[in-house]
Amino acid sequence: MALLEVRDIHTYYGNIHALRGISFTVEQGEIVTLIGSNGAGKSTTLNTICGITPARHGQIILDGRDITRTPPHEIVKLGVTQAPEGRRIFSRLTVYENLLMGAFTRTDPRTEIEQTLEMVYEIFPRLKERARQMGGTLSGGEQQMLAIGRALMAKPRILLLDEPSMGLAPILVQEIFSIIERLNESGTTILLVEQNAQIALSICSRGYVIQTGEIVLAGTGKELLENEMVREAYLG
Amino acid sequence: MRKRLLPSQFDITSVVVWGIGILILAVVVGGSIATLRQGIYAPSVWLDFFIFGLAQGSVYALIALGYTLVYGVLFMINFAHGEVFMSGMYIAFYFARAFDESGFLNRNPIVALLIITLVSMTVSTSIAVVLERVAYRPLRRAPRLVPLITAIGASFFLQNAFRGLFGPRTKVYPDVDILKGSWTVFGIEILKIQVIVIIAALIMMIGLYLFVQYTKVGRAMRAVAEDKDAAALMGIDVDRVIVITFAVGAALAGAAGILYALLFKQVTHTVGFIPGIKAFTAAVLGGIGNIPGAMLGGLFLGIFESLGPNLFFSGLNIPAPNQLKDAIAFTMLVLVLIFRPTGILGEALAEKKA
Repeated sequence: MALLEVRDIHTYYGNIHALRGISFTVEQGEIVTLIGSNGAGKSTTLNTICGITPARHGQIILDGRDITRTPPHEIVKLGVTQAPEGRRIFSRLTVYENLLMGAFTRTDPRTEIEQTLEMVYEIFPRLKERARQMGGTLSGGEQQMLAIGRALMAKPRILLLDEPSMGLAPILVQEIFSIIERLNESGTTILLVEQNAQIALSICSRGYVIQTGEIVLAGTGKELLENEMVREAYLG
Repeated sequence: MRKRLLPSQFDITSVVVWGIGILILAVVVGGSIATLRQGIYAPSVWLDFFIFGLAQGSVYALIALGYTLVYGVLFMINFAHGEVFMSGMYIAFYFARAFDESGFLNRNPIVALLIITLVSMTVSTSIAVVLERVAYRPLRRAPRLVPLITAIGASFFLQNAFRGLFGPRTKVYPDVDILKGSWTVFGIEILKIQVIVIIAALIMMIGLYLFVQYTKVGRAMRAVAEDKDAAALMGIDVDRVIVITFAVGAALAGAAGILYALLFKQVTHTVGFIPGIKAFTAAVLGGIGNIPGAMLGGLFLGIFESLGPNLFFSGLNIPAPNQLKDAIAFTMLVLVLIFRPTGILGEALAEKKA
């Protein structure tokens, strides 16, 4: 059984039909990527999974449990966290406080949370250096690290990443993506949304192409990289 | 097209505004010089004014925190907050009277006062929480003017409900013997009650600061104030945090109610109106949404109101300068809104908030 199964979801913004029946699965241990152009519905898909913009029709199943109508804060407790588009760092909280917010739902002893914190600091040493700084003072790359670190603090069963490459210099994009790969190798299941199709497809196990709220193509990363239509539309 | 008589820098409104500004400045400076030169008050009297202002300002500061906390998370001015403040002290009055009649109030004053304060805080908190649930939450997505009007409606509702249920007559809080009289500190006589009000308020303000800064719920409040969706993605139940914010602000108002009652004794269904508006002024003065700002704004307004009228107007032979303190307070609100709309500690509103 898939860890996450999205079945024919339809999401609306007012009268705008943003998702027109999206279906896909994420297996335990995979990196699955959703690629597509601006406005195709990639972020909406993630926000629908997280309960921020609930689906009007369709189902979202996490490990056999229907979470379609579950409120966002409950979904985090069930093990789905997101590093959202634009990072959404709390700029007036310190880096350390931002990370603690990520562990908000955890009820295990403080020492366990500290352990996760050490793990995050090991992955992103820069965050440890800047622990006492306000989130708003970080550079774009550091904010992306903080957004991912914050999402990891909940010890998620599946980590959703929305456009981690956005606005970053190519060298930083490389750095972030090698960290994403390492996170996956150490056992984190990842659902990745990207406009940068080249790099996303090169690290993913499987990918889906979204166009105007619908999935138009699916395959392994390699298959999609070689696909004529993908090459033309997204790899340019 | 109409012909311009004056260049735009000198349009008629700004001339009038500047004229009024200069006039106010002249009255303030001239009046102060006259007062001081005539030596109308001895230095010890000025000190009395100052300490009374500090006590009154502490009460404003505690109420102002409620405005600022709620504004911080919802960007809404809870104009019923003055009535939240009133309702706690109103109900607590009946406990105070009963304790006084049974003699418990003066036999065990500390325990009695603590119970009365707890009652007041509980009543204020319950009313604020119900108000949020019934009157504000359903309007969360409505245009910002709508909850504002609802808040004013809630304010009148509460005033009239208390008037109807408990009668329009003024209730007078009983005296507490241990709070009478004064202490002499460094040769200066200070009323006990004022010292106690100032210290109690200070302790609560420090407590609030520590709560917001260092507890998990406090951090969640700051996160929700900054970005509700991102807070929800952290697993924070945003609605619950909003309720807690209302509750904390109301608990402070409830405690402030008892301090107010100890200072001024009298309680009516309208007792919350003026302090409520003053505390709102204080919150704007300090920078609305800013917690230390509300504290500073409250203390500053209290002192300003107490010293200002005597300093500015006594030397000008105005018959009752103290009657002008409300006029002074609101003049200052207007001046702050014109010349520094963000308040003393306020920052320019971030794009997300605007």
